[in-house]
Amino acid sequence: MVTKLRRRYGSGVREASTYLGENYLVLESSITLETLQVLRDDEFDYCVDITAVHYPSREKQFDLIWILYSFARNERIRVKTELADGESFPSSTEIWPTTNWLEREVFDMFGIRFDGHPDLKRILLPDGWKGYPLRKDYGIIQQDQEWVQINLGIESGQ
Amino acid sequence: MLDYVTSYLGMNTTPGQAGNVFWALVYIFVVFGGVSVAVVAMNWLERKALAHFQIRLGPMRVGPHGLLQPIADAIKLLTKEDIVPSEADAFVFWIAPLIILCASFTVYIVVPFGPTHAITDLNIGVLFMLGVSSLSVLGVVMAGWASNSHYPLLGSLRSSAQMISYEVAMGMAVVSAILMTSLNREGTGTLSMIGIVQAQQTQHIWFLFKFFPLGFVAFAIFAIAMVAETNRAPFDLPEAESELTAGFHTEYSGLRWSLFMLGEYAAMIAVSSIAVTLWLGGWLRPFPNTLTGDAWDLVFSLVPGFLFLGLAAIAFAGVMRMPKHPYFRIQTMGLAGFGAVLGVIGLVLFVPAVRDRIQDIFWFTAKVAVFMYLYIWYRATFPRYRFDQLMRVGWKVLLPIAIGVLILTAVLGVVL
Amino acid sequence: MTKDPAAYLSHLEAGEPDKTFLDSNELIINMGPQHPATHGVLRVILKLDGEKVLGTECVIGYLHRGVEKIAENRTYTMFNPYVDRMDYVAAVSNGLGYCEAIEKLLNIQAPPRANYIRVILTELNRIASHQLWLGTHALDIGAMTPLFYTFRDREEILKIFEKYCGARLTTHAFRIGGCQYETYEGFEQDVKKYVDFLPPKINEYEELLTTNRIWVERTRSVGKISAADCKALGVTGPVLRASGVKWDLRKAQPYAAYSEFDFDIPTGQNGDTYDRYLVRMEEMRQSLRIIRQAVERIPEGPIMAKVAKVMKPPAGEIYHSIEAPKGELGYFVVSDGSTQPYRVRVRPPSFVNLQALDVMVRGQLVADVIAVIGTLDIVLGEVDR
Repeated sequence: MVTKLRRRYGSGVREASTYLGENYLVLESSITLETLQVLRDDEFDYCVDITAVHYPSREKQFDLIWILYSFARNERIRVKTELADGESFPSSTEIWPTTNWLEREVFDMFGIRFDGHPDLKRILLPDGWKGYPLRKDYGIIQQDQEWVQINLGIESGQ
Repeated sequence: MLDYVTSYLGMNTTPGQAGNVFWALVYIFVVFGGVSVAVVAMNWLERKALAHFQIRLGPMRVGPHGLLQPIADAIKLLTKEDIVPSEADAFVFWIAPLIILCASFTVYIVVPFGPTHAITDLNIGVLFMLGVSSLSVLGVVMAGWASNSHYPLLGSLRSSAQMISYEVAMGMAVVSAILMTSLNREGTGTLSMIGIVQAQQTQHIWFLFKFFPLGFVAFAIFAIAMVAETNRAPFDLPEAESELTAGFHTEYSGLRWSLFMLGEYAAMIAVSSIAVTLWLGGWLRPFPNTLTGDAWDLVFSLVPGFLFLGLAAIAFAGVMRMPKHPYFRIQTMGLAGFGAVLGVIGLVLFVPAVRDRIQDIFWFTAKVAVFMYLYIWYRATFPRYRFDQLMRVGWKVLLPIAIGVLILTAVLGVVL
Repeated sequence: MTKDPAAYLSHLEAGEPDKTFLDSNELIINMGPQHPATHGVLRVILKLDGEKVLGTECVIGYLHRGVEKIAENRTYTMFNPYVDRMDYVAAVSNGLGYCEAIEKLLNIQAPPRANYIRVILTELNRIASHQLWLGTHALDIGAMTPLFYTFRDREEILKIFEKYCGARLTTHAFRIGGCQYETYEGFEQDVKKYVDFLPPKINEYEELLTTNRIWVERTRSVGKISAADCKALGVTGPVLRASGVKWDLRKAQPYAAYSEFDFDIPTGQNGDTYDRYLVRMEEMRQSLRIIRQAVERIPEGPIMAKVAKVMKPPAGEIYHSIEAPKGELGYFVVSDGSTQPYRVRVRPPSFVNLQALDVMVRGQLVADVIAVIGTLDIVLGEVDR
């Protein structure tokens, strides 16, 4: 399957290897959505998780990661792509409905927008919150003071 | 004046029939007091029995084994702040619990504790009871409406829909029992409560066992319908806490809420007394026909005394098991005193004069007490019916069976 | 601030055909964060047509504590206790998943004795979690008594935990590399006694509920979800198994000595609440089977592998998941070679399962919403982290 992808996308597939027993692919962001669709058709019918990692010192700061699983083949695969700050990514809600809330959480925590998501709004944090907590430039005890003062009526949450 | 009072004592009828207002009032106070004590006892029994079903102890602190808990509850409810919602209709808000209470208590006029132990004996006794207890539906709707909040309104509408649905099945079951009263030589039946029990006496069979299993099925339908009628588990969706629409009594606090509870328990006892009168032979002692004769009469007449002595023995056993700690001294003494009172009552019940008079009242009360325990047992065991399932059971299951039983009873009554 | 509930449901309006004034009998009801039946602080906004549910929206985040952010500021060992607090009902499983994930990253194996102890404690925790689920689920549907019975039996498990590691609920039982504590004197006897004590109790619960007509009517055909929907929505755990998919991570990708034990995976056929109830009851019995086998043959040996005191896993990423009582609990750990993880992502089963609520209650009645929330077995600590 990797060779099939390589043939199709050539340099788009940056890396495909195994680390500690887990297979993963690193792809260019442009071809990722199609690849996800291809994987879905190739029996990876269960999207386990979508998550992101923030590398502030890199040019393309965010790593967006899908973890997929195939019931038929009992096989797990990780698909990784890199995004710059402010770049948005097409939503995979049509491929797997489970990504609805998972993408909302990635948006909530990292600020990565997903185009075509039916209802992209914050899920864990209150709606008016400013800031994306899981980014590395967000402090560990930092809070959105304005929101706290307006909505909770106290000076600070600390 | 004194003649008026004493003239009744020679007569062998209920005060209502004798037209004696004084004694009617005395009986009313006695019955009212008795029902209030029964409600209080029911409150305690419910908490204790439910707790024991759930392997815990229930109230233990307020009085020995929680015996004074209902009094503490009453004091708490009476001293609570009386909150009336600002947009609520004050008059309707005030009168709703009163209507339920009055409807529930008025039915006790015709409840027969014995052949002459009733406040009165209307010749349409059963009809009166069913009719007046239905008036509590009005109170329920008024309570929901006056709360001016859509959750109690929805809850009260559901509650009232449930109550009127099950009244139909109840009515059908009652009619089949009434039919059985007419199976005598004259072919005349009676709606009077005392008359129904006397019919069971003359026909030498409790209507529960008549045309077996028809009497039993009719009784079962009534037993289920009466649980639904009084909004008790498993039909308590309208007042359950974990459902979305809270019950009709949400906005009521303190004394007003306690009036609802009083009305609910009183209604439970009232419909249980209908069931006991119609099918279980009212005040007749068990096995009035198979175990006849003076000897058996004597044996059964000793039962109340032994029952109370047994309860006193349990109380004293509890006294023995109380912790021997100075903090528990008052409770131990209280329990011992309670046991002593029970023992004295038991001994008094052995006195022949008392024994004979108390028989009817005792058996009637014992049978109603069994029903009360069943109510609590149902609450502990069964999950709740969903509202649409509840209505389905009432209309599509109970009603057809009740009509079937009625028709079969009529046919068998003519044929046999 | 909290918006008008109707605004939350705007995404449901999108699919609606022309609305006329005759559609105005729709009611929007808010099952607020504080509610006796929502198992925690969960807010559900329902759009009703009379009694029928047209759509729901779950508002979560009331218990969000930023566990993933905290992980980036603690060392690997320091983060271990935080993990229990997510699914506080089944804390031992959380700990197992995390420790195994880090062990994978460090490329070490826990010794066999540690694995057996881990299996025993995890399965005991699965039983405890299911008992809590059963009690609260029955209570929501109206049966008050099973709650007390299951909690009484759960007490025995919590006593074992307390004797083992000192804590009942948030146990912090395992360490990276194995177990910290050796089993106490009498551990095997206690576990064996419990394994014999419980089956009659499970029969007691079943007697109260399984053939009870009211229970069956309340739970059959309520909250149906098909196997295809489950897979598409990413629902795992007993919910998936009750829909007919025979999949359990303990068999599919065995971890921690599960491959050495003999047990079945119960499945259901219809995917309704009644099947989920039966599946979880049977899972309790299968857990007892595993424990019985494990406690017979705990191997001797060390309980902790050789791990450096200051843990510095080589840079890399790992995803490891286990079968928690609620579903697939996964840990995605990114290490950059330092003593603190660079990113820890917890894939919570309750979070993904809760998404399925909307699909499961469409077209059902209001009273069923509460039954379905109960049957999904969500713990808000895990949903919100």
